[in-house]
Amino acid sequence: MITVYRRIYYIRYPKEISEKPIIYHLIKEYDVEVNILRANILPQREGILIIELAGNKANINAGLEYLGKLGVSSERLATRIRRDDERCFQCGACTGVCPVGALYIRREDMAVMFDADKCTGCNQCVLICPVRAMEMSLGEEWLETSEVPTPTPLFS
Amino acid sequence: MGNAAISKTYAEINARIKSGEAVVVTAEEMVDIVRKEGPEGAAVKVDVVTTGTFAPMCSSGVFFNIGQTVPTIKASKVWFNKVPAYGGIAAVDAYLGATEPAEDDPLNKIYPGEFRYGGGHVIEDLLRGKSVFLEAKGYGTDCYASRKMKKEITLKDLPYALLCNPRNGYQNYNCAVNFSDKVVHTYMGMLKPKCKNANFCSAGELSPLFNDPLYRTIGIGTRIFLGGGIGYVTWHGTQHNPNAARAANGTPTRPAGTMMVQGDLKQMSHRWLKGLSLLGYGCSLAVGLGVPIPVLNAEIAACTGVGDDELFTQVVDYGYDYTNGIARTYGEVSYADLKSGTIVVNGQSVPTAPLSSISKAREIAQTLKDWIASGSFMLHEPAMKLPGPDS
Ligand code: SF4
Ligand code: SF4
Repeated sequence: MITVYRRIYYIRYPKEISEKPIIYHLIKEYDVEVNILRANILPQREGILIIELAGNKANINAGLEYLGKLGVSSERLATRIRRDDERCFQCGACTGVCPVGALYIRREDMAVMFDADKCTGCNQCVLICPVRAMEMSLGEEWLETSEVPTPTPLFS
Repeated sequence: MGNAAISKTYAEINARIKSGEAVVVTAEEMVDIVRKEGPEGAAVKVDVVTTGTFAPMCSSGVFFNIGQTVPTIKASKVWFNKVPAYGGIAAVDAYLGATEPAEDDPLNKIYPGEFRYGGGHVIEDLLRGKSVFLEAKGYGTDCYASRKMKKEITLKDLPYALLCNPRNGYQNYNCAVNFSDKVVHTYMGMLKPKCKNANFCSAGELSPLFNDPLYRTIGIGTRIFLGGGIGYVTWHGTQHNPNAARAANGTPTRPAGTMMVQGDLKQMSHRWLKGLSLLGYGCSLAVGLGVPIPVLNAEIAACTGVGDDELFTQVVDYGYDYTNGIARTYGEVSYADLKSGTIVVNGQSVPTAPLSSISKAREIAQTLKDWIASGSFMLHEPAMKLPGPDS
C-alpha cells in the first residue's frame, strides 16, 4: 500500500509571476496531483488559488518549497467534514471508503456511526455518499458539492 | 409433528388484528422464536411477521397526470426540473423514471460523473413539498392546440401521482468485488482494485422475499409499507427469476424473485424515498419497502424464521466478469459473514460494506409491526401469488 498525502492549500501569488505556469511545474517536475478548487488570477494582479495537492509527502514538500522560492505563499487549510444526520439514510456505503474508520458500523445494531474526532478530512466519503450527507469545509466555509474535489483513492 | 398441523386463514388473522389480539413480530424477532419454539410452536404463537428493506432500487418511477391548460395540450415531451419524463402515453400523462438524469447532466464525461440530479431527486423534492418546474411540448392538433406548457407545480397541484416501481425488493443480490487493477464505480458502489473491499445490498433476514422464499403468501394485491405509506404488490417484477439456485431452506443463493409495487405517492414521505447520486454510475432512488407475512402454517413460520447465518449469496467480480456477462462466482458467503464486516475471498480477508440500510430496514419492519398491532393495517390476500419455481 502506498500512502498518498492529500492536503488543501491557500496560495497567494505576487503579481510579478501571475503569468508563470507554476501549476504545470508542480505536476510535471514534482509529480504532484493538483486539483484547483478556486481560482482568482488576473494578469498583472495578485492572484489567489485554493488547490488540493496529492502525492507523496516528499514531493509535495519539495513542490511547496519551489513555490516559496518564487515568492508564492502557501498556507494549509484545515478541512472539516460533518454529517447531515437528517440526510443520511444509514446505508453504510461510506464505511467502505473511509481509510481511518471515522465512518464505521456499530455491529450490535448495524447503525452507521461518524466519529468526527477520528476524521482526517480526506474527503473520500463526500462524493461516495449517494445522498450527499457528508459535507466538507475549507477553513470556515462549507462547500457546495460541485466544489468538492473528486477523490483519487488513497491506495493503489 | 405432534398435534394436528396448525392452519390459519387471512380472515382469521385479520379478525385478530381488528380485535387487537394479533401477535406481530419482526423478521429479526422471529428468528429467535422459531429457534426456541420450533416452526409449529412459532406458528401457534405468531400471526404476522413484518419485513423491511431500504436500499437503492433503480427500477422505480412515478406515473403522473400533469393536468390540462387552456388551450389544451397533447404533451409528447415532458420535463420535471429539466429531467425528461416519458410523454408517449396520453395527452397529459407521463412517466418519470428514477434513473433519468437531468438533460444537461455531464454524465460520465468527466469521470466519475456525479449525477447530481435525476428522476429520484424530483420525486424526493415533490415529497418535501418543494415546487418543481414542469415543462411540456406538443406538436399541436385540432383538439389539443397548445404546443408549450410551463409551470411551477407541487405534489398537491398534480391531479394524480402513482409510484410505480417495475422491479423492487430483489430476493438476494450479489456481493460485489473488483479483481481488476483499477478502481471501478458501479451501481454496487466504489470497488477498490484487487479485491480490497466488498459491497453487498440486502437486508438479509429482514428482507421481504427472503422470508417468503417460495412465494407462499406474497402476490398480486399484497398490501405493503411503501415509501412511508401504503402500497401494493401488483405483479412479479421485471427479471423475476424463481428458478435461481436455492439452498435446502428454499432461499435462493443468488438474485431470484422481484416485485412490482405501486402506491399513491401523495401519502408517502421523503424519509422513505430518497433521490440518489451514485458516483460514476447514475441517478437512482432509495425505496423503503416492507411486506407483512401472515403465518398461515408451520412451513411459513419456518421460512420467516431463517437467520442471516442461513442466507447465502455469491461473490461476483465487477471489475471484469459482470460487464462481460461472465457468470462466475468467487465463493458463497452468508449474510451473517457479510454483516460481521469481513468475508474471506480466495483465502484473503476482505472488509465489507452494506449499501442497503439495515437499521432503516429494521425501522420499517417495526413501523409495519406497530401499524398492524394497532389495528390500522389489515392484511390483504393476494389474487394470485408470484410465480414460483417450476416443479
Ligand atoms: S473525510 Fe475521510 S476520514 Fe473523514 S469520514 Fe470521510 S472518508 Fe473518513
Ligand atoms: S453513505 Fe451517506 S447516507 Fe450512507 S451511511 Fe454514509 S453518510 Fe449516511
